[in-house]
Amino acid sequence: MEKGFSPVGLRVLVVDDDPTWLKILEKMLKKCSYEVTTCGLAREALRLLRERKDGFDIVISDVNMPDMDGFKLLEHVGLELDLPVIMMSVDGETSRVMKGVQHGACDYLLKPIRMKELKIIWQHVLRKKLQEVRDIEGCCYDGGADWFTQGQFLGGGEDVSFGKKRKDFDFEKKLFQDESDQSSSSKKARVVWSYELHQKFVNAVNQIGCDHKAGPKKILDLMNIPWLTRENVASHLQKYRLYLSRLEKGKEIKCYSGGVKNMDSPPKDAEINSGHQSPGKSSSYAFLKATETDPKQLASASVSDPTSDVHMPPKAKKTRIGFDPPISSGVFDSLLPWNDVPDPLESKPPILYENSFLQQQPLPSQSSYVANSAPSLMQEEMKPSYVNPDEFLMPQNKNSTVILQDMDLSAPFSSNATSNTESIPGSLNWELPEAHHSGSLDTDLDFTWLHGEHFFANSGLQNFQFQDYSSSTSLLSELPPHLWYGNDRLPDPDEYTLMVDQGLFIS
Amino acid sequence: MQRQVALIKQSLFDQGYLDEQFMELEELQDDVNPNFVEEVATLYFKDSARLINSIDQALERGSFDFNRLDNYMHQFKGSSSSIGASKVKTECTMFREYCRVGNAEGCLMTFQQVKKEHATLRKKLEHYFQLARQAGPKETARRSK
Repeated sequence: MEKGFSPVGLRVLVVDDDPTWLKILEKMLKKCSYEVTTCGLAREALRLLRERKDGFDIVISDVNMPDMDGFKLLEHVGLELDLPVIMMSVDGETSRVMKGVQHGACDYLLKPIRMKELKIIWQHVLRKKLQEVRDIEGCCYDGGADWFTQGQFLGGGEDVSFGKKRKDFDFEKKLFQDESDQSSSSKKARVVWSYELHQKFVNAVNQIGCDHKAGPKKILDLMNIPWLTRENVASHLQKYRLYLSRLEKGKEIKCYSGGVKNMDSPPKDAEINSGHQSPGKSSSYAFLKATETDPKQLASASVSDPTSDVHMPPKAKKTRIGFDPPISSGVFDSLLPWNDVPDPLESKPPILYENSFLQQQPLPSQSSYVANSAPSLMQEEMKPSYVNPDEFLMPQNKNSTVILQDMDLSAPFSSNATSNTESIPGSLNWELPEAHHSGSLDTDLDFTWLHGEHFFANSGLQNFQFQDYSSSTSLLSELPPHLWYGNDRLPDPDEYTLMVDQGLFIS
Repeated sequence: MQRQVALIKQSLFDQGYLDEQFMELEELQDDVNPNFVEEVATLYFKDSARLINSIDQALERGSFDFNRLDNYMHQFKGSSSSIGASKVKTECTMFREYCRVGNAEGCLMTFQQVKKEHATLRKKLEHYFQLARQAGPKETARRSK
């Protein structure tokens, strides 16, 4: 064990709507000498976590909770706060466990939970710290394609292998010794990726665009934030890629729609059936990204309320996520009032933001935007303005809507972003079984929404409806910026691959 | 008296009413929480009664929203696993299976079983805790095996 690391006093946050389990877990964790905080509601838990940014070391959460899907909470915590999260459930079905893993859970426990399982949860905290250390070291090298693969850090001639080298030990040693010292330079300060910050990040990534070598340094330079370090960018980049790859992988698994409070449920909602969550239950969000070919076809009606539960039918057709160049700024403007739910899109292409909503487009010409949980990661901190990455926006009024569907895609992470059927690493691109290829999009980023309908994000889409499932989160923030762009068919595949920042993922 | 308590507990295990989870709870009981097991059981019965009610109402409506029913039962099962209510859990699993295939009759039938097992366990545990309290607090913390 690393010097200086001790499981005693580990600060654990337990979230479970079952009062009996909460009581039992609290007692068990206390017996493990941990410092326990319990919470019966997911939202409450998020609030606590955000309030005490560095107040917890690990979160344990049940999968099924009434106010928010455990997976959603998981994503929020992972992306926003970068804390290890352990999921719990009485259900050990493979698909559920897989979903947990895909959403970034560092472990999945089955109820009834034994003390011995809780006794070793500290390993996840330690592991994460070690990874951070490696991030810091690794990000010094601005690799390209290899960056993502941790084991292959490109070094500028230096030995950056993953193995424990003397400098690694020194680094880690320092890290742990200084753990309690917030000002220690060796300890990676936890940067809070606020909405705006993430926006800048995504902007930078998109600017680099076709350059498949979007490495931390370039991104950092573009972001132009004096206090931000390359390490910060590097680790955020990694998470981002993971998130995107997760989305991509989920394509084969039925997508689930996040339970969202229903705003006025668009007709489409009915079409989507996640099948695995009860309709009334808030569940994971679905991100649908659809490329739209016809600008005029923004569907306003198709905007699903962020609150509605949009379920993607397991048999959802193949959808390719197409990233078109950022949608026109017009679109984003509408996103601005983040915390409020924008007027329902009546006639504009709705872009729904919601951490879990899936916009189903009933009308072929409608585009809907579904924000998915992933974006939710970018949570609360994001301000409304986050959404308006002007630089991203496509100059024209494109209507393509990017709907990112967060499906439990299990597609392997492929680094080739060009084929339609391949998942692009880091790109939100996945294919649902019956993908319908939208015309202009050549690359796989083409996303065809259910049954080949397209969601179009209309640049004119002013209304973003999003549901703030958590008390004050802007939905928009939840959606990775690049996902918001209305995609227009890009004439040049390369261009849009970048959206998803293909470059990030590089291959 | 204490022996009697131990025997009662043993029979609950032997007859399959309780499983190892109950023993885990007993191990958690200590000076800080000398009545931990009973407290947990009380909490469970209170919370599960609420769930049973919800399911009852849902079934009475006759609309058979299997998804929703399954959800309730999922929660109920999870809760029942907390104290090791073995027979109750078995019935829960059956109920969920009926939900899965959309068998309304099966659901109704199994739910009666769920309620029956739940009530039986409650009575037995109440009796057990009462005796245990009379016998002396320390005894309950000791494993019967």
